[in-house]
Amino acid sequence: MASDKPGALRSPLGRARGYGSAKEGVHHFWVQRVSAVALVPLSLWFVFSVAQLPAASYGAVKHWVSAPSVAVALVLFIPTLFYHSMLGIQVVVEDYVGGEGSKVATLLVLKFAHALGAAAGVFAVLKIALGN
Amino acid sequence: MNSPAPQQARPVERPLSPFMLGQYYRFQLTSVLSFLHRMTGIGLSLGAVLLVWWLAALASGPWAYASFATHLTAWYGQVLLLGWSWSLLYHLCNGIRHLVWDLGHGYSIPVAYRSGYAVVGVSVLLTAAAWGVAYGL
Repeated sequence: MASDKPGALRSPLGRARGYGSAKEGVHHFWVQRVSAVALVPLSLWFVFSVAQLPAASYGAVKHWVSAPSVAVALVLFIPTLFYHSMLGIQVVVEDYVGGEGSKVATLLVLKFAHALGAAAGVFAVLKIALGN
Repeated sequence: MNSPAPQQARPVERPLSPFMLGQYYRFQLTSVLSFLHRMTGIGLSLGAVLLVWWLAALASGPWAYASFATHLTAWYGQVLLLGWSWSLLYHLCNGIRHLVWDLGHGYSIPVAYRSGYAVVGVSVLLTAAAWGVAYGL
């Protein structure tokens, strides 16, 4: 590693602590990639499954969502999608919203909105799959 | 200390940003694709709201779903769906390109251009395949 070479800009203490100036290390970077890898099969499955649905037919779409394998896949897909979306939108806000107050306020609103979206989506799937 | 008084009240007319785009600044495939990755990401975040709306309408019953389906099958709904499907497949393909970069491969300029053209081509092909499936072609 380059940081192990003598004359590296990073101090040995900084390397040992490993958290950098944001105090969270590579956590955001890593979970963004983990959720991205999870979304590759999930979103390909979603796009090509939905493409086969007669979208206007309530009965056919409800029947599809009610299948256990589809309901489980959707319950995995929706929170992963919203989590990955939140991580990406967070970077956009951090890049373009100036001022610490408005930045934190915007991030809070968007994080709550993402949590709401994920909860509403999962609840809808469970209601369809478990309801009669 | 004393700066000379302005000779004329009218300010000098200078070009305003982004005057240089296209005229003096040549776009590169790599930067445009990077920009598109972020734009499609923002678009997909909005699309996620529609996904929840779709499932909520489905959970609410046949009448709520019917009113949602009229928008979905209208021309504007289909145009939005086409945009979202390509956005998702482009973001997915270019995301894989990013993951390869994260592993430390493909940084040379010719390879970055080749992978860029590949991402555009594969995302268009996948979108065409999805719509081919949808319309039973």
